[in-house]
Amino acid sequence: MVPFVRSGNPVLSVLDKGRWRAPEIAFWAFTVAVFFLFPDHLMLGAQVLITGLFALSLDLLVGYTGLVSLGHAAFFGVGAYAAGLLAQAGWGEPFSGLALAAAAAAVVGYASSHLIVRVHGIAMLMITMGVTILLHELANRLSWITGGDDGLQGVTMAPVLGLFGFDLFGRTAYLYALGVVFAMFCLARGLVNSPFGLSLRGIRENGRRMPAIGSPMRSRIRTVYTMSAALAGVAGALLAQTTEFVSLEVLSFQRSAEVLIILILGGTGRLYGALIGAAVFMVGRDLLASANPQYWFFWLGLMLVLVVMFARGGILGGLENLLRFVQRRRNAR
Amino acid sequence: MFESVLGVLFNGVAYGVLLFLMAGGLSVTMGMMGFVNLAHGAFAMLGGYLAVTLMGVAGWPFLVTLPAAFAATAAVSVVAERTLYRRLYRAGELDQVLFTIGLVFMSVAGATFVWGPSQQPVQMPPYLSGQVSLFGFEASAYRLFLIVVSGIVTAALVFGLEHTRFGAQVRAAVDNRRMAYGLGIDVNFVFTATFAVGSGLAGLGGALGINLIGLDPAFPIKNMVYFLLVVSVGGLGSIKGTLVAALLLGICDTAGKYYVPEAGAFTLYAVMVGVLLWRPAGLFGRR
Repeated sequence: MVPFVRSGNPVLSVLDKGRWRAPEIAFWAFTVAVFFLFPDHLMLGAQVLITGLFALSLDLLVGYTGLVSLGHAAFFGVGAYAAGLLAQAGWGEPFSGLALAAAAAAVVGYASSHLIVRVHGIAMLMITMGVTILLHELANRLSWITGGDDGLQGVTMAPVLGLFGFDLFGRTAYLYALGVVFAMFCLARGLVNSPFGLSLRGIRENGRRMPAIGSPMRSRIRTVYTMSAALAGVAGALLAQTTEFVSLEVLSFQRSAEVLIILILGGTGRLYGALIGAAVFMVGRDLLASANPQYWFFWLGLMLVLVVMFARGGILGGLENLLRFVQRRRNAR
Repeated sequence: MFESVLGVLFNGVAYGVLLFLMAGGLSVTMGMMGFVNLAHGAFAMLGGYLAVTLMGVAGWPFLVTLPAAFAATAAVSVVAERTLYRRLYRAGELDQVLFTIGLVFMSVAGATFVWGPSQQPVQMPPYLSGQVSLFGFEASAYRLFLIVVSGIVTAALVFGLEHTRFGAQVRAAVDNRRMAYGLGIDVNFVFTATFAVGSGLAGLGGALGINLIGLDPAFPIKNMVYFLLVVSVGGLGSIKGTLVAALLLGICDTAGKYYVPEAGAFTLYAVMVGVLLWRPAGLFGRR
């Protein structure tokens, strides 16, 4: 792996990061290979991809802009219900469901971004959490629309592109999710490697200085918040479409906390951290929780404690440190 | 059953002072060291389970288990602070959140393992059960007991903070840690002691609260949201702020559930979001 290129010119290093390198291509090739290697676990694979996209959307906020949100499930849930309700109403075409979900989530995201820009620190944590809990309560009260505790019934999807129907084994679900997630990933990747992405990093590093150099901090925050909400909405829609079901759980605080944990576990600020964290978390949960559901919590807790104490920066951060260490040993010889 | 506004107020105040007992320590800790301790609820849970075990297995009377819960939880917290928390004071907010969430998960699993997943049934002594006639309405004797105990604890806290040398050191450390250190105050000791008292109070609150809000292994997860609510609305580092916020939230929650039950938890979170937008640092926080 090529280590971080330290050239004197910051523009060059940004452009350099824009190039696709071998490990990235290998990663995506592997995701395609999973389709052939693990044909019995494709539904789990689709869920991993969906959670990865959800965590990716949060990474835009947490990793790149430095805003910690405990309420990202709000947008995930809005997207899920939007796509679910559309299908329930009879229009089962998948891509239009995604578009509607992204739009709905973006609207909610834009509205809440006006609250977010006014606060920081623990107040931001509490407000993001409060908005999600309020939305959850609202969905609960409007059970004649959302199905309440029973969940949304009658969500039937039409075949993707009119050709590939959703089947029990998750084959279509996996490839559909993979395609959408890859497309969204490319969008996010382009965003963070653009000048806009640089300004986000500026906000993260030193928010006070940004207006001083002429960068409108609040409007950038509102923009990235809206985009992040839209991506989360797409993830939620994917969940609704691949499982053909939506429950109140998509708006729960637990889901918000879980995705934040997944992101920090994988490593923030490095788009791939979101995907790897999701893979490790969900596969780990599948393996451990089926063995002993009570004590999955214990092992998860222990893993989190160990990651913070010994592997700062999550899995990818730990890997990077390891590589740097090996590099230094090699250079010293 | 409450028959009047007085009744709702009384029950709201009782819930509020319980929240204050449990969340007060968290506010001072977060204000002083800037350390986000989401595992605070686990200490409360520990106190509760300790009281239950002492009553059930050792046959101790309820009132005696209360100071025991305080002392034991304080001791455990000192150990935890020295070994684990101390390494993370310089870590970022995210790391602290992740770490303490990990501790919560481990404690929840541990509690499930030792005490089982269901609610702990607990028998209150007869002089604390039943109703007491007060100002024209029937008040629960236990809630009255709660209010009295919390009143004593609050008075002790305020006296300690305002009129003792140690209290002055605590206030100095919350105000400006570096300066306090520069003046020769042993900030590490102050913090450990404050952390111990705060966690001990949480344990006491946990023991007192079994009869009111129940006790099961999911206690830290269910109630952490309320503690954070109280702490953020009240303002970090402020005992007075935490008390006001706890009472406000206790009354709003009780009144909301009584007068507008369809709104559910709406009232509480709407009030919180409103207050935080008006004053992001909390009602008595420092800007």
